[in-house]
Amino acid sequence: MSTVATDAGAHEHHDDHGPAKGIKRWLFTTNHKDIGTMYLVFSLVMFFVGGSMALVIRSELFQPGLQFVHPEFFNQMTTMHALIMIFGAVMPAFVGLANWMIPLMIGAPDMALPRMNNWSFWILPVAFGMLLSTLFMEGGAPAGGWTMYPPLVLQTGDAFPFLIFSVHLMGLSSIMGAINVIVTIINMRTEEMTLLKMPMFVWTWLITAYLLIAVMPVLAGAVTMLLTDQFFGTSFFRAAGGGDPVMFQHIFWFFGHPEVYILILPAFGIISETIPTFSRKPLFGHDSMVYAASSIAFLSFIVWAHHMFTVGMPLTGQLFFMFATMLIAVPTGVKVFNWAATMWRGALTFETPMLFSLAFLFLFTIGGFSGLMLAIVPADIQYHDSYFVVAHFHYVLVPGAIFGIMAAVYYWLPKWTGVMYNEKLGQWHFWLSTIFVNITFFPMHFLGLAGMPRRIPDYATQFTDFNTVASVGAMGYGVSQLLFAYIIWQCAKGKGEPATAKVWEDPKGLEWTVPSPAPYHTFEEPPHVSKHDSFD
Amino acid sequence: MIRKLCVTLPGLLASGTAAADWTLNMTRGVTELSAETYDLHMMVFWWCVAIAIVTFGAMIWSLVAHRKSRGVEPAKFSHSMKAEVIWTAIPIVILLLMAIPAAETLVKIEDGRDPDMTLVVTGYQWKWHYRYQDEGIDFYSNLDRTSDRARRLNSGVDPASVENYLLDVDNRVVVPKGKKVRVLITSNDVLHAWWVPDLAIKKDAIPGFVNETWFQAEEAGVYFGRCAELCGKDHGFMPVVVEVVEPEDYDTWVAARQAEQNPNEALAAN
Repeated sequence: MSTVATDAGAHEHHDDHGPAKGIKRWLFTTNHKDIGTMYLVFSLVMFFVGGSMALVIRSELFQPGLQFVHPEFFNQMTTMHALIMIFGAVMPAFVGLANWMIPLMIGAPDMALPRMNNWSFWILPVAFGMLLSTLFMEGGAPAGGWTMYPPLVLQTGDAFPFLIFSVHLMGLSSIMGAINVIVTIINMRTEEMTLLKMPMFVWTWLITAYLLIAVMPVLAGAVTMLLTDQFFGTSFFRAAGGGDPVMFQHIFWFFGHPEVYILILPAFGIISETIPTFSRKPLFGHDSMVYAASSIAFLSFIVWAHHMFTVGMPLTGQLFFMFATMLIAVPTGVKVFNWAATMWRGALTFETPMLFSLAFLFLFTIGGFSGLMLAIVPADIQYHDSYFVVAHFHYVLVPGAIFGIMAAVYYWLPKWTGVMYNEKLGQWHFWLSTIFVNITFFPMHFLGLAGMPRRIPDYATQFTDFNTVASVGAMGYGVSQLLFAYIIWQCAKGKGEPATAKVWEDPKGLEWTVPSPAPYHTFEEPPHVSKHDSFD
Repeated sequence: MIRKLCVTLPGLLASGTAAADWTLNMTRGVTELSAETYDLHMMVFWWCVAIAIVTFGAMIWSLVAHRKSRGVEPAKFSHSMKAEVIWTAIPIVILLLMAIPAAETLVKIEDGRDPDMTLVVTGYQWKWHYRYQDEGIDFYSNLDRTSDRARRLNSGVDPASVENYLLDVDNRVVVPKGKKVRVLITSNDVLHAWWVPDLAIKKDAIPGFVNETWFQAEEAGVYFGRCAELCGKDHGFMPVVVEVVEPEDYDTWVAARQAEQNPNEALAAN
């Protein structure tokens, strides 16, 4: 009762009540900034967990022969590495950024559904705690690949139901996060911010959120069918009972391909914020960027079977999926050209966020090229399930999605913490990451073309040289990331030059109108979008 | 043995997969379609290189010429309908130039009519089974024993000392040169995929379903391939070896195999 009275008494001083103290602040918080921070920290932790699994993989592949782990454990590592990086590192990082930045960018006081926001975060540690606990179970962690193809996945030991349930939880968390993003963006924009005036990061997240709502239930359905096949005698995917194992792949990739864009669209949004700031020039073709992102999202629903060109599809099916896939190159090209045009005749500077954005621009495009090559069905028959594919998706995910996230962290970290990160260390982090990421993943193109399949713990000796190179690169990349954690830690402790509200030289957007660090509560009154902050 | 090696070695060199380290590119293979596939791959690759030169060139030019440190004033422009139309239209044209030949090759790949012989391939955890449908020959094909010993964790055997480490099998598939071989692929347990890069064939082996593909090898030799779909712990240890021989040698091989497999029938036939 007394709290109610106090709250009523403090009606005029909303900005006074700060966060609760201690662990309760984090457990019960409904504040978008706290929740954003938790998402980002969680994602960083998972990045290191998934990364150490990658290092187990690369250590074993350093030379031919088995030196460290049994093949069973190797398969557990590839499976867990993918699940953790996709669902534990990249997606939560984007949700964390959305939590922090969307309300600040659209002039809203918080997310629309703050309690659900709390819940959607706290589901994640439970889901991943459960998933990681399978490493200690009879039969080990899931080892059938993150794609969970039956019948192999049905050979998983005790971990199987835990795998399914943790995927359910991750889906639940993502759907709730997505609903929150949509409701916030649609209802809580400050009055003058029409849809087409929204910053690109908000736009790409809006599209991503719709993709999430459309496809996460499909994944949940697919894994539920696996569960009933395993325990309740159904035969969705069991050929012996009249089912079809390939149907799982169709359902999975109907989720999986939009998922690919869920993992990259927010990064498109991020670099659409950073490149204009450091080019001192407005984003080129804002509206066409919106249309391009929307077309990519639409096309992502009709290309799923390009992951399955070797399953034995009718010719017409293969032709359709080849043409539809190639079509995605058009809106993606528009985006790349627009970013290039944004820099054209700008006044460029190269702070760490810009460096990561530029690496994104070049290296993501390389991943786009290999993606175009993969769309060509006859060639894909050779590329499919080889290291060429591993190279392709790591190029779009590591220097793509993850570099996008790193650009965002360096770009907004001063706004979150109130201090500038150490620019010198940031640049070191950038150069080490960029050099090592290429040493790691570029040789994988050659390995795939030479005929090395993915997901193997040991290889024929002609693949030795490039594997050794890739392993050295991976170690270097892994170690460089400690620098990233250190830089963030320094800022979190408040060590560094105090940041101004604008942080950078004249960036556009409402987030730069609030002080640094952003107060616990912002925009209790809807702000005006001044001419200066507008995106026309 | 030495004779066998003489037959094998040119094949190895041609295949490019086993002979040289630092292999950079896809094999041209030994079938008409593998060569077409290679040409498509190279065509798309060169298009990508061309696009990269233009796009990256423009971006690098900005990075160099439009730096703030050179004292430039940023321009104000933020859109151009003309530019947007151009860089939407040009990629569409380029894509059409890629899609047409790709579709032509794909149509050929799917045309499996009138085969000269049929090979039924069944995937097992973790070996292959081959059945020559009309010849009455069938056998399992496992990773060869030296590799199998060397590949154990801490086996103490240096893989470099094993000839054809993880490549060779105990029983190779033998097929005649210049004959259209239909391959029917299925699985007995989980998914596998039968991949021979030099034949440009990769097809999933799916339990309960039979997939069909074909090849016609134009050069004799030994072609190494492997399982390409994750199938459990020994996924990396179930290679495929296809030995393409002259048709006469093939007939001899078939006769010998038949005699070995059904000694009584062979006697009766004689």
